[in-house]
Amino acid sequence: MKNEVTNILVVGIGGQGVMTATEILAEAAISLGHDVKKTEVAGMAQRGGVVSSHLRFGERVLSPQIAPGEADLIVGFESAEALRWIHYLRPGGRVLMNTARLVPPVVSGGLYEYPADPVAEIRALGIEVHAFDAMAIALELGDVRLGNSVMLGAIADHLPFSAEVLLEFILRRFTARKPAMVEANAKAFAGGRAAVASSAAPAAALA
Amino acid sequence: MAATQPSPSHSRQLLSGNEAIARAAWESCVRVASAYPGTPSTEMLENLARYPDTYTEWSVNEKVALEVAIGASMAGSRSFCAMKHVGLNVAADPLMTLTLTGAAGGMVIAVADDVGLSSSQNEQDSRFWGRFAHLPLLEPADSQEAYDLVRAGYELSERFQVPVLLRLTTRICHVKGMVTVGERGAHASAGFVKDARRWVMVPGNAKARIPLMYEREEKLRAEAETSPLNYVVEGADRRVGFIATGPAWMHVQEAFPDAPALKLGLSYPAPLEKIRAFAAGVERLLVVEETEPLLEMELKAAGIDCHGKDLLPKIGELAPEILKPAVARLLGETLPVPATKPAQVFPRPPTMCVACPHLGVYYTLAQLRNVTIAGDIGCYTLGAGHPWHALDSTISMGASMGVALGLDKGRSESDRDKKIVAVIGDSTFLHMGMQGLLDITYNRGNVTVLLLDNRTVGMTGGQDNPATGRDIRGEAAPRVDFVKICEALGVKPERIRKVDPYQLPVLFKALREETKIPEPSVIITDRPCVLIDDFKRQSPYVVDADKCTGCGNCVDIGCPAIHVKRREKAVKPSGKEVELQFVGIETAACTGCGLCVQPCAPGAIVAAATLASINVLKKH
Repeated sequence: MKNEVTNILVVGIGGQGVMTATEILAEAAISLGHDVKKTEVAGMAQRGGVVSSHLRFGERVLSPQIAPGEADLIVGFESAEALRWIHYLRPGGRVLMNTARLVPPVVSGGLYEYPADPVAEIRALGIEVHAFDAMAIALELGDVRLGNSVMLGAIADHLPFSAEVLLEFILRRFTARKPAMVEANAKAFAGGRAAVASSAAPAAALA
Repeated sequence: MAATQPSPSHSRQLLSGNEAIARAAWESCVRVASAYPGTPSTEMLENLARYPDTYTEWSVNEKVALEVAIGASMAGSRSFCAMKHVGLNVAADPLMTLTLTGAAGGMVIAVADDVGLSSSQNEQDSRFWGRFAHLPLLEPADSQEAYDLVRAGYELSERFQVPVLLRLTTRICHVKGMVTVGERGAHASAGFVKDARRWVMVPGNAKARIPLMYEREEKLRAEAETSPLNYVVEGADRRVGFIATGPAWMHVQEAFPDAPALKLGLSYPAPLEKIRAFAAGVERLLVVEETEPLLEMELKAAGIDCHGKDLLPKIGELAPEILKPAVARLLGETLPVPATKPAQVFPRPPTMCVACPHLGVYYTLAQLRNVTIAGDIGCYTLGAGHPWHALDSTISMGASMGVALGLDKGRSESDRDKKIVAVIGDSTFLHMGMQGLLDITYNRGNVTVLLLDNRTVGMTGGQDNPATGRDIRGEAAPRVDFVKICEALGVKPERIRKVDPYQLPVLFKALREETKIPEPSVIITDRPCVLIDDFKRQSPYVVDADKCTGCGNCVDIGCPAIHVKRREKAVKPSGKEVELQFVGIETAACTGCGLCVQPCAPGAIVAAATLASINVLKKH
């Protein structure tokens, strides 16, 4: 019997909530009885550096890292970051990405160029991409901090478990500490979900 | 911070290696636990401090931390000590004698190697300490094993009266995996037993302990031969058999599920007979160890033929994508070429935070001419990067002091007028910088020390230290006075200044004056890290685009909230071509520190509220 493991790579930069998002995904996977491993490559991430969070779940998970070419799903919290890790995607894998562009000082200082159109660059590789502006959706709901729930909503229909399970674990975090934020986060989740559902490519869950 | 209720016994939880180790230490009834923060080891003590009934402390450095743990073990209690790899270099002195006295109460020393260098100045293999100090070495492969090996470690430690080394890597400390925890046991401290021949290591006594150390090592080797921590996983594909330790074990299992593999959890002393038997059953033997070929050399010395670093790198992690091509090469096979090549994307080096008090320091240092700057370990090491380039060396904790003195004393004729500056943070100064400053004053060095007191250990996530006035549990603790310390170490009172790092002209004047005076001086900056509660946000600034002349002075501050919006080429009256940089401030990120306002010649950076009201007036 083959040990099926789902590999989700969540990428972005320090301070965007990448690690929290992966933690919530992990909680949802655990609740369904999966073995889970989660690892970050986050060199000094708090200082605006690159963050990539690897989540693997299935019957039994051995190595915590996703190898290049083996991610089922890449979740990009930032445009250029989704492009940076694209070689981790398996053939037939999918990219769900925020179109936000966070420009580091080395770019604004003129030392490097920001890629002209990361979404187009990924699409040109023949990869299925769902791109959305999580920041705009969050701002529309009145709070930029809702971006994380928007992101999780956006990927909710692309997971091997139901969107409702994921939503439950997001809201659980707020029920305990900030009950006033439950409704706003539920809306943000729905907003992210709708944004991807309305994007061009079909949205069948991972097999 | 009150102790939190530990999670229920026998529950299954998602824990990082560090969290699992803290839980196991608590269950093992550790009475005293000590550490100095350092990535990736920090969270072991941070988590253990939340458990009840355990004394925990941030020690001033790893040497002291180990000595505290030694004392507790002598007292008959179980002790735990944690550090990063370079920390054990600092603690090596007590370690190398501790091996002679051994432990009374169970003792586990956790040392975390930063394999892959995510946040360290070097990469080193701490497994050498097991061999060097003749101590047993345990190597977990994931969080569950980290938990299990701590529990096993205390049992082993007391059975053999020996401190046990627990060798971790970043991929153990920071990976979260499922752990089934147990319950807290019982351990009665035996009390201190006066025994000079055991505890007083003068030559005569020490000499008598050395043979006991070697006897113990052989007993431990016999233990390793039969220990359930060292086990074989059978496999049908016998072309290559693997021996692996630490996280590499999981990578081997992942990459070669059909191959026979020998796991070493108690990896030193190595169970040579068990290995010999395993080797006999496979066509080729490959040792998979991060990072140096320690086991491999030992096997070869014992006449066991094996592959190792002839195929695998001596640096970095041995993940499946490294292992698979190496083994394919060994077997003369070819692997499919990956479908997607890595994309070319700009680097995103870590930056200092918005409004970080170090920004003003490095902006000012970058303005100084004819200066050599010895740096140290902490957030402020980032001053070596863009746009400041205002740090010329980083070696080890506290090294800025000694290196600066050496730069001063060793200066060539061409460097005669060079000014020597040392930059060090509050916690690093208390860790190992004080001795260096004493060396500077005692030997009449000409060094200006910048002591950046941001009231926390910033780089590791904001831990407390003797300068914060709080202990590891956040409770009030005596707070050192840096001015008094520097005076006591021999710096003249008039050569010690406290400066607000947000006042650029004051900082510049202080630095220029102190570097001119040929004697030791200390400039202390005293604004808190922006990530701790002591930091207070002010109202944000914006750029009045009508006034911005594109001079780029504010960009040189290096604040991540300042973005260049537009570039233009222009010719100065002198005929020199310059690039103008028109900027904007990310208002949501700006905390109003006012650093960028000061070098802005046209006065284009104004309070956000002011500009908003001006714009309202313009519209009317």
